[in-house]
Amino acid sequence: MSVPVKRTQWDEDLSQFRKDHGLSKKVLLNCCLVRRIISWASPKQKDSVEDELELSAARHRPEALEQLEAQTRFSRKELQILYRGFKNECPSGVVNEDTFKEIYSQFFPQGDASTYAHFLFDAFDTDHNGSVSFEDFVMGLSILLRGTVQEKLNWAFNLYDINKDGYITKEEMLDIIKSIYDMMGKCTYPTLKEETPRQHVEIFFQKMDKNRDGVVTIDEFIDCCQNDENIMKSMQLFENVI
Amino acid sequence: MAAGVAAWLPFARAAAIGWMPVANLPMPIAPTNKNKHQDELIILNVSGRRFQTWRNTLDRYPDTLLGSSEKEFFFNEETREYFFDRDPDVFRSILNFYRTGKLHYPRYECISAYDEELAFFGIIPEIISDCCYEEYKDRKRENAERLMDDLEDNKDSKLPNMTFRETMWRAFENPHTSTMALVFYYVTGFFIAISVITNVVETVPCGYMPNQRDIPCGERYTEAFFCMDTACVMIFTVEYLMRLFAAPSRYRFMRSVMSIIDVVAILPYYIGLVMTNNEDVSGAFVTLRVFRVFRIFKFSRHSQGLRILGYTLKSCASELGFLLFSLTMAIIIFATVMFYAEKGSSSSKFTSIPASFWYTIVTMTTLGYGDMVPKTIAGKIFGSICSLSGVLVIALPVPVIVSNFSRIYHQNQRADKRRAQKVQKARLSRMRISKSGSSSAFLHSKRNGLNQSLELTQLPYYKMKLSPQGSLEEDQQLKKTTSLLESQHHHLLHCLEKTTNHEFVDERLYEQGYMQTALQNFPSQSPSLSSEEGITGTCCSRRTKKSMQPLSATHTHSHTHNLQELSALHIQCGERQALNTSRSSLNLMSDESGSLNCKSSGLVTTAIITIPTPPSNNSRASPDAPPPPNPDAPPLPNPGNDVVKISAL
Repeated sequence: MSVPVKRTQWDEDLSQFRKDHGLSKKVLLNCCLVRRIISWASPKQKDSVEDELELSAARHRPEALEQLEAQTRFSRKELQILYRGFKNECPSGVVNEDTFKEIYSQFFPQGDASTYAHFLFDAFDTDHNGSVSFEDFVMGLSILLRGTVQEKLNWAFNLYDINKDGYITKEEMLDIIKSIYDMMGKCTYPTLKEETPRQHVEIFFQKMDKNRDGVVTIDEFIDCCQNDENIMKSMQLFENVI
Repeated sequence: MAAGVAAWLPFARAAAIGWMPVANLPMPIAPTNKNKHQDELIILNVSGRRFQTWRNTLDRYPDTLLGSSEKEFFFNEETREYFFDRDPDVFRSILNFYRTGKLHYPRYECISAYDEELAFFGIIPEIISDCCYEEYKDRKRENAERLMDDLEDNKDSKLPNMTFRETMWRAFENPHTSTMALVFYYVTGFFIAISVITNVVETVPCGYMPNQRDIPCGERYTEAFFCMDTACVMIFTVEYLMRLFAAPSRYRFMRSVMSIIDVVAILPYYIGLVMTNNEDVSGAFVTLRVFRVFRIFKFSRHSQGLRILGYTLKSCASELGFLLFSLTMAIIIFATVMFYAEKGSSSSKFTSIPASFWYTIVTMTTLGYGDMVPKTIAGKIFGSICSLSGVLVIALPVPVIVSNFSRIYHQNQRADKRRAQKVQKARLSRMRISKSGSSSAFLHSKRNGLNQSLELTQLPYYKMKLSPQGSLEEDQQLKKTTSLLESQHHHLLHCLEKTTNHEFVDERLYEQGYMQTALQNFPSQSPSLSSEEGITGTCCSRRTKKSMQPLSATHTHSHTHNLQELSALHIQCGERQALNTSRSSLNLMSDESGSLNCKSSGLVTTAIITIPTPPSNNSRASPDAPPPPNPDAPPLPNPGNDVVKISAL
């Protein structure tokens, strides 16, 4: 209950409020009191914030078509097609990580795509709120499909840099590569060995890590990729996906 | 791959950019969307009701009527719409299948009408989604059984030429088929009744002998009863023998319950005839006469309800067992308690625990004869607890039995457990099929060599060797065998293979490859071999069409696409031919290094072997085209034309 100190402050606030709104003291006291009683009697109010969040998560509506058109490099029609597909699979308007993993796993029936899907989810979920909305989705796709090579490489670097600290360490790379190999599954030819991902990481680092400091920075990465013909060619591969 | 997820394929492909910097190999070319026209709405007019959908939606399932070019037959030029003269209500479910990837079966729909519509639109019923599949199967089974019943009824009335034996058997089983059978039915029924009544009346006391107590009628009118008994037994014996003669499977008939009852019913009489009128034995003989009461069970042939009752008891064996078991437990507990409680009181009837069993049973079933009553207070308390619990213990399993009876009476759920098992098995197998479907589709198309055709790095000088005819055919086959969606998906999987430098293989091939260790290289001669086998079908019955493909794959690829890949192991024929022991291959072994035991291992070789393939083989290499009937054209080497690559990193 209120202590004397508080009481005086409340009196001040009350008089201020009364002055501002011209309400009689009694009426004001009554409604304040009622609200206090209600807030004390009802359970933890902080749920209301979460409820709100859930409500908004449950029915997320994307920004208007024009806005998205301005922010991404897709045409109106392309955005329409994308949204239709998106909404079909996720009627609530957002994808959470489990749904994302499920969807992605359907394309790789022989292996386990969940780890890579997790990394992808982190890369798409730019504001890190645990769900990918249509805007996130479309922004990501815009970079991947219509971005410049620089942007694509940036995106890839962001994907590999799991803790987003600006450096790709060997452990991070090993995680990424292992997740890619996981997607292959068990039945491969030649059979997957334990050290294959590690070897792959070594090759990657040999190529990319110019100053041999054990990490790959964004500039090393972009430089190296721009000098590699294969990579450049394959970056252009998915131009016509939409 | 579910249709809904097809919309996410562009996303998955875009995400593949994440693999590119990591990959060490060049990536295959993406399949292009030849007809790049914007997605358009098409109108489907089904008996006047117009449905509209995107063309892409229908293209998701290219092996159905609506997804393939078959729908062009229904295109109406004047109205520019597709007209189908079918049921619009059922069409709703069918169109929803394209939209959502799930086929639902509406409960109000007649099962045969639905089946017809599915068949018309080329959709197999097995893909009905789980939520509706049980219902569908149930209705289908009911329908099938109804049809069978109808058929049997019809069959009964129209089989003019059956043997005498079969006619007799039919007469016995279905008395209403002929008058003779009906007469026989009633006569036997009458005699069964007579026999039972005789048995009963035999024991009634009728009349006094002057110096004796009442004697039962059986002893008074011995001859009369004996004659009656004889007559009945005669009839029963004749009936049994006739049934035995007419039965289609005598052994099975003899084992059936009804025939055992028949035998048991007439046996005492014969045993009585055989045995002498010896005093010692007649005691046993009297006991045997009890079995005459089994004649009453012969009535079950005449009554459907009786048969169902018997069947219910048989099927409720577990509930009955439970009832018995719980009763036994309770009886033992309470009998023990009552015995010790009444031990103290004098002149107590509860002399032992088994003696108390009688009290417990009588009390638990609320009979309460009163011949044994507890006298002590403790005994009375426990006695009352006993009677209360008796009601509960008996009341529990009985409704189960009752409901079973009513269930069986109303429907034929004879094979409930069997059906559940089958459904479960069918469900599991369907799930497995759908899961392996997409992966096997990729492997299948890989073997067809379609992926090989999309390599990025094509060195120009090989292009000259490409016969234009060959590539045209390839294109046609490409169109025919895979939809754009599938080819894009396969391209994605192919990119993954390139990134990791490993290839997807089939489960069984993986097992084989795992077990074997040496790697050998295999030439493109093999396609001719395999096609030969395909036609002549010589010794290797194990060789299926699928195993034929990989060789043709390698061959196609080497001939038409000439990849100068210096990076990966390209021979895929290897492990798939491991068990080839065909005659033709043995013959050709002398010519080529035809030992087709390709084995996989981690070994890699860096050799490049040039083995020639004559252009005529090209047509044979196409996966779907049947091999031409001239198997004996062993291609001669002309060096330098084609290269089959077997190099590695």
